[in-house]
Amino acid sequence: MAVTSMIGARIQRREDPKLITGHGNFIDDVNLVNMAHMSVVRSPHAHARIRSIDTSAALAAKGVVAVLIAADFKAVIGGPLPVTNSFVPDKKQVPEQFPIAATEAAYAGEPVAVVIAEDRYLADDAAQLVVVDYEPLPAVMDLEKAMEPGSPLVKSDRPDNIGWDAAFPAGDIDAAFAEADVVLKQRIGQQRLFPTAMETRGCVADYIPYDNRCTLWTSTQVPHFIRLFVGGALGVPESQFRVVSHDVGGGFGAKLRPYPEEYLATAASKITERPVKWIEDRTESLQATTQGRGQIFDVEVAAKRDGTLLGLKFTQLLDIGAYHGVFSAFQVVACLLGGGCYDFKAIHARSIGVFTNRMSTDPYRGAGRPEATHLIERIVDIVAREIGMDPAEVRRKNFITTFPHTNNFGLVYDSGEYERSMDRAMANIDYPALRKRQEELRAKGRYTGIGFSTYVEICGVGPSSATAPAAGIALVESSMVRVHPSGSVTVSVGTHAHGQGHETTFAQIVADTLGVPYDSVEIRHGDTGDTPFGYGTYGSRSLAVGGMAIMASCHKVVDKAKKLAAHAFEASEEDIVVDQGRYFVRGNPGEAKVLAELAFASYGAGLPEGMEHGLEAVSYFDPPNFVWPFGCHICAVEVDPETGAVSIDRYVAVDDCGNVINPMVVDGQLHGGIAQGISQALFEEVQYDDETGQMLTGTMLDYLIPTMAEMPHFELDRTVTPSPTNELGVKGVGEAGTIASSIAVINAITDALAPFGIKHVEMPARPDRLWSMIKEARA
Amino acid sequence: MITAAFEYARPGSVDEAQSLLTKYGDDAKVIAGGQSLIPLMRLRLSQPTALVDIQGIHGLKEVRRDNGSVEIGALVRHVDIQRNATLREALPILVEMANDVGDNQVRNLGTIGGVIAHGDAAGDYNALALMLDAEIVTNKRRHKASDFFRDIFTTALEHDEVVTAVRFPVSTGRFAYTKFRRRLYDWAIAGVAVQETGSSWRVGYVNLARTPRRGASVERALAGGASAADAAAESGSDIDPTGDVRATAEYKRHLAQVLTARTLEKATMAA
Ligand SMILES: Cc1cc2nc3c(=O)[nH]c(=O)nc-3n(C[C@H](O)[C@H](O)[C@H](O)COP(=O)(O)OP(=O)(O)OC[C@H]3O[C@@H](n4cnc5c(N)ncnc54)[C@H](O)[C@@H]3O)c2cc1C
Repeated sequence: MAVTSMIGARIQRREDPKLITGHGNFIDDVNLVNMAHMSVVRSPHAHARIRSIDTSAALAAKGVVAVLIAADFKAVIGGPLPVTNSFVPDKKQVPEQFPIAATEAAYAGEPVAVVIAEDRYLADDAAQLVVVDYEPLPAVMDLEKAMEPGSPLVKSDRPDNIGWDAAFPAGDIDAAFAEADVVLKQRIGQQRLFPTAMETRGCVADYIPYDNRCTLWTSTQVPHFIRLFVGGALGVPESQFRVVSHDVGGGFGAKLRPYPEEYLATAASKITERPVKWIEDRTESLQATTQGRGQIFDVEVAAKRDGTLLGLKFTQLLDIGAYHGVFSAFQVVACLLGGGCYDFKAIHARSIGVFTNRMSTDPYRGAGRPEATHLIERIVDIVAREIGMDPAEVRRKNFITTFPHTNNFGLVYDSGEYERSMDRAMANIDYPALRKRQEELRAKGRYTGIGFSTYVEICGVGPSSATAPAAGIALVESSMVRVHPSGSVTVSVGTHAHGQGHETTFAQIVADTLGVPYDSVEIRHGDTGDTPFGYGTYGSRSLAVGGMAIMASCHKVVDKAKKLAAHAFEASEEDIVVDQGRYFVRGNPGEAKVLAELAFASYGAGLPEGMEHGLEAVSYFDPPNFVWPFGCHICAVEVDPETGAVSIDRYVAVDDCGNVINPMVVDGQLHGGIAQGISQALFEEVQYDDETGQMLTGTMLDYLIPTMAEMPHFELDRTVTPSPTNELGVKGVGEAGTIASSIAVINAITDALAPFGIKHVEMPARPDRLWSMIKEARA
Repeated sequence: MITAAFEYARPGSVDEAQSLLTKYGDDAKVIAGGQSLIPLMRLRLSQPTALVDIQGIHGLKEVRRDNGSVEIGALVRHVDIQRNATLREALPILVEMANDVGDNQVRNLGTIGGVIAHGDAAGDYNALALMLDAEIVTNKRRHKASDFFRDIFTTALEHDEVVTAVRFPVSTGRFAYTKFRRRLYDWAIAGVAVQETGSSWRVGYVNLARTPRRGASVERALAGGASAADAAAESGSDIDPTGDVRATAEYKRHLAQVLTARTLEKATMAA
């Protein structure tokens, strides 16, 4: 590759001036002539039979256009919500979820009616007048009780509450355990989390009956996916269904599926023959947007006294919620990565998906990998404590060291240097000095702790060879690169940006690869009307898969430009040299043409014999493998034993995401990611009443999202181990921070409390809970 | 997240406010900064039929010091308290509390009259008013703080009563306030205020019962010469916390004791 100027440059994000000056274009900014507004009436019960719905008072209220219930929608929406196989092809049951409940509501917040009115105020007022006669049924809330035979059912038409039960055996587990000096067990929880994007969900549907055409503006990570399913259910072909999703104020995994309201608003637009807007308010968002995690792991590890890890057995109990999330079973990937970055002789994992009367869970930043990292990194520390070895040394002893490495489940780790990142993090935090200080402070009755997280994660989803069998879809990615006659470049992509800075990163790649000025490159995404089909953005895939699709189109354009240059210089194509956008005949760099000149020629007269006009290319990229970022985070905390309050003194991270296109964008992703993981470790927890299924954390007053003030300074550093999987040598970084960070904090807290004999701490490590543990330990 | 419909009026005087409240009846409410009322209305937990906005009334934004008292107008905002030179001298503990109320947006709108009238046990100023024997001045009478806070979100105010000012005794002795919370802009999970007045100490508790509480037992122990730690051990009889999604009652009791000792130590060390 030529000497590059933009790839690797720490330039500011081109998205930001628009966003921070209030010029973004979000869903609530979309206003159409004659637009009506939708308010959703939701079940207040976690589980109830719907005896009857009386809409007459609402219908008579001021400004009401229509009040619609399931029966009205059945005539318009042709089928249930989609569910992918993702990792559990043989699900035990996939109950159908129609976008609106007809006779039985299975979670608090499930839609039971909608009101369409002239404005949102009137719609909300009328929604209060819809009278639903409910017969409350028992709420199934506890995962283990839900699995018992004879348990009350989450929905009365189901045989039991088990969604899947899948075993992942790898290696001779009995032999591995037979060799062990120590066998240790631990239950490790993963509380439910709200993804809490700053922009809640919302959509505007504009159905034109005259020619069966529809435009749906929606806040999503996956516009093409929405078009496929919502268009399909409404009987509108892709050619006539346009999904637009420009600026999106955060997704975090909670916006990667079609949602009931997208179907309902579109159907309501069809029924009322008016554009319909629905904006989710925060209260609704906490009830009716998919949640993350919600898992319990029972783990058993076999190890030798010298620190060698031998075998691992664990069961993942996953709280599906009332219905399968579209990708909920993706989180089973935790089973395949449970061994982390260590060599194990055998691993036996099992995942059981359990239905409860709660909102569905679905991927949330990290989706399965934070859980895997949390469990293995916790277990390694538990082993270290038991055998009296430094946690860093247990890690060092067991690291995978040769790459590519095929893990117990046949997944191939592309490249890595785990020891290097740990050594670097230990040097950055000055580990020996920190341990010494810990000892001094303990003597004074102060409790500090140091926590490690050495992680590896799977991202860049994904190769069709793996994703098609596992998820039923080939997660390839697309691009279209078009060089206009005067040289500016439009790049349309099938990925979708909602905070990641793609417009900047992708333009940097295109500028270098085509050799054109950065400012001449426009990146377009989020409008199915002018982008090629793509699967959207999640699973840290946009650069490693989508970026490569862009590269592929750029290469095609350069190839054609070379032909044009050869023609112009009357030389043979082999003699054309391309150097940073200048095309010349070898040995004669003084006489060169830039891409803009060749583009102009491509649309003009006198093209080479047989060449088509224009300078553009469309490409699809199917990666040969996933990519495997890794790194080491170390956290230093102090716990106040009297109040249980935790303060983070240092947070050091060394991450390796392969080659870096824009260091500032990467650092930004790490900041946000680490903050979300720390937040899970210390603050966030969706709480429901165990009996009634009512949500107890229904406002942002009770659900704690920390702010900048609660975050430590992040001391970031990186190593660069390029991925051999793609030409850019890149991996992914959108989720790495979250995957690594929760356990660094929890391990640090557990280490701080070691003098009390406390061996394990659950999330969130609330002060009152830590205080109770200390009190019990002291007693 | 959208309020129910309501009437809106903006009187120019306290008398006019009172007659509007009478006119609209029991379901009308005064609105000042709206920082407690509007969140409740948006959740439709409160659905007043009319709002009487007192922001247009003159004379409720002053801070006046006379003799041994400082009188703070009901519409004085948290941010005004933070920046007020008189208060910094005459009642510095209030300034310290104001610094930590909510976030900038809340401090720019919320008023001291609103905190008092709302009667929230978690309102920091309410515990201070109670422990310093402040007076709550309204269009109808003067309430002693000790008679004012009746129950959870319930005060001695009548329906057509408007708080016009709060009168605190000038308090220039040593003081400290500890607000235990998870996030910088949160309400207190538990708060402890201590103020030296003459030769004795006053103690107040935030969010440790259904109403603000005075630490009478702790005060007595201190008057009897107890150490900070020993006096703090008495805090249990001054409070009556309940558990919630943030913390158990048991923990709050423990916290009250730890924070009482620490706050007293902080105040005496600040000498
Ligand atoms: C995010 C957030 C965090 C907060 N944190 C804290 C905190 O840490 N500590 C704290 O103390 N407060 C906190 N608050 C509340 C804040 O202090 C409010 O300003 C205060 O509680 C109410 O004042 P207001 O002027 O906004 O009153 P409003 O919301 O306008 O009114 C509150 C109630 O008082 C009545 N009322 C108001 N003024 C009068 C009057 N003059 N006469 C009669 N009745 C009246 C109203 O009818 C209403 O019932 C927080 C608020 C928010 C939104």
